[in-house]
Amino acid sequence: MKFSDEFETRFAEMVPHYPTKRSALVPTLLYAQDEVGFLSDEVIVEIAGRLDLTELEVRNVISYYSMLTTKPRGKYNVQVCTNISCMVRGGEEILHHCAKKLGIGHKQTTADGMFTLEEVECIGACSWAPAAQVNYDFHENLTTEKMDRILDGYKKKGTQ
Amino acid sequence: MADLVSHSDEVRVVSRRFGMGATNIDRYLELDGYKAVQKALTMEPDAIVNEVKNSGLRGRGGAGFSTGMKWSFVPKQSAKPKYVLCNGDESEPGTCKDRLIFEHDPHSVIEGVMIAALAVGAKSGYIYIRGEYRYLSIIMQKAIKDAYAKGFAGKNIFGSGRDLDIYWHGGAGAYEVGEESALMESLEGKRGVPRIRPPFPAVVGLWGGPTVINNAETLANVPHIILGGADWYAKLGTPKNGGTRLFCLSGNIAKPGVYELPMGYNLKKMIYDVGGGIPNGRQLKAVVPGGSSCPVLKADEVDVAMDFDSVAKAGSMLGSGGVVVIDEAQCIVKFALRTMKFYQHESCGWCIPCREGTDWLKKTLIRFHKGGGVMKDIDNMQYLAENMLGRTFCPLGDAAAMPTIGFVKKFRKEFEDHLDGKPCPYEKSAEPVEVMA
Repeated sequence: MKFSDEFETRFAEMVPHYPTKRSALVPTLLYAQDEVGFLSDEVIVEIAGRLDLTELEVRNVISYYSMLTTKPRGKYNVQVCTNISCMVRGGEEILHHCAKKLGIGHKQTTADGMFTLEEVECIGACSWAPAAQVNYDFHENLTTEKMDRILDGYKKKGTQ
Repeated sequence: MADLVSHSDEVRVVSRRFGMGATNIDRYLELDGYKAVQKALTMEPDAIVNEVKNSGLRGRGGAGFSTGMKWSFVPKQSAKPKYVLCNGDESEPGTCKDRLIFEHDPHSVIEGVMIAALAVGAKSGYIYIRGEYRYLSIIMQKAIKDAYAKGFAGKNIFGSGRDLDIYWHGGAGAYEVGEESALMESLEGKRGVPRIRPPFPAVVGLWGGPTVINNAETLANVPHIILGGADWYAKLGTPKNGGTRLFCLSGNIAKPGVYELPMGYNLKKMIYDVGGGIPNGRQLKAVVPGGSSCPVLKADEVDVAMDFDSVAKAGSMLGSGGVVVIDEAQCIVKFALRTMKFYQHESCGWCIPCREGTDWLKKTLIRFHKGGGVMKDIDNMQYLAENMLGRTFCPLGDAAAMPTIGFVKKFRKEFEDHLDGKPCPYEKSAEPVEVMA
């Protein structure tokens, strides 16, 4: 199992920050997922080994956190917030618009592997609602037209 | 990233350095940065605690507990190492203030953690940032590195002979982890399931050591209190509610944004003057005054001072500072449903009243909103919610129950208007939303 040098540097820095090895687990899983795309069996075995945990202990943690996934996702994970502040400003319309445009529903991935769509809980963009995150990038004060441009931009970027 | 706003009534303390390039450590130093921690190094720990106590600073995460009091619970002697843990797992719907602090003034959080550590005798501090805030985690990692490079953190800080380590930590998506005991579990690499108390974290916390846990905004206030003095800070607010607060105005309001206003600022004025009122010629229907877990206030209940005690007296909570404004075109049943969907999704499932209660309430509200409700459901919802109160390990059960009780009690008519198979009379869009349900 090979991760990037950046991952290895961060991991080596992080582990001594804690009195117990497993404390590094949650951020390590997220960074590993960012590199591989999802938490594959291979990744789970590798991280469990590094942190002296059983595979089951790692899976038990993965299933708790909403950002962690053991299933492959599209290159761009479109996460639309529909929680209260976004809802009253049209967050649901944005979600439906994305679903229609991409032809997929909640937690589904387009056939070309480009996009996954997800309805998410509050992402901390309430005062700039409605909002969405594509991977880690925030997109705020959305309209359906703005969302079109954003998705088209990612599609272009992803096919280059 | 996120747009900044301003209003003439603002009193800038924690937001003083917003938009001034203070992520850069040299700029931060020009703006009085790291002066407070150097002052704290010359003070006795008890004097730091007393200063914070006297300032009237209360927890900005939502509970509003006296910060100085919390610090004073940490035992002086401890066989195990003591810790300071900054809670930056901001995820209460309606709240987006810690994000701005991390984005614009990360060193103020580091400095706050350091002062807290000096006050309680801790040698390590952790800054936990929610996983979705990746760009802020990157900003914080750099800020910490810069502080180490200057000799402000690590061994022999500021040449004082004292050691103090500061670390960052990232989450991976979980509202529940914002609860302090679940936060510690998460930092220890586990599922974010709450711990039973007592013992309280101040006695048995991270890895079994005494731990102070404070919200990021709370800690960002601390350096200003040490420099400006407890009296100055206390006088900014109302009695027993010191200082200012970052209020996150969102929802159906003309000028949404994060505004720093004195504690006790009138909510009506906040909505109509600061926030510019309700757009599109509509009327105000209701306000959630402090994040989704706070009981709703009706339009005729908003003439209230926004401090912890006054909002509590008005039957709600100041909470996390998330002011969600709801106009007349919104359906309260749907609003209640969306709130409950959130809590059902985020309940960790550890305690039965919360796990089952949120699920039943969500199912009932979905059915009800579609027109499949019966009169008995209305009382049942209230009964169910009331029976969740105080019966769970952590406050998530209460956080789900309290707003539900408020919606049912204060907007009973809107619930009744959904009876007898009628389509939602308040719904704007014709298309029902079923994606997540």
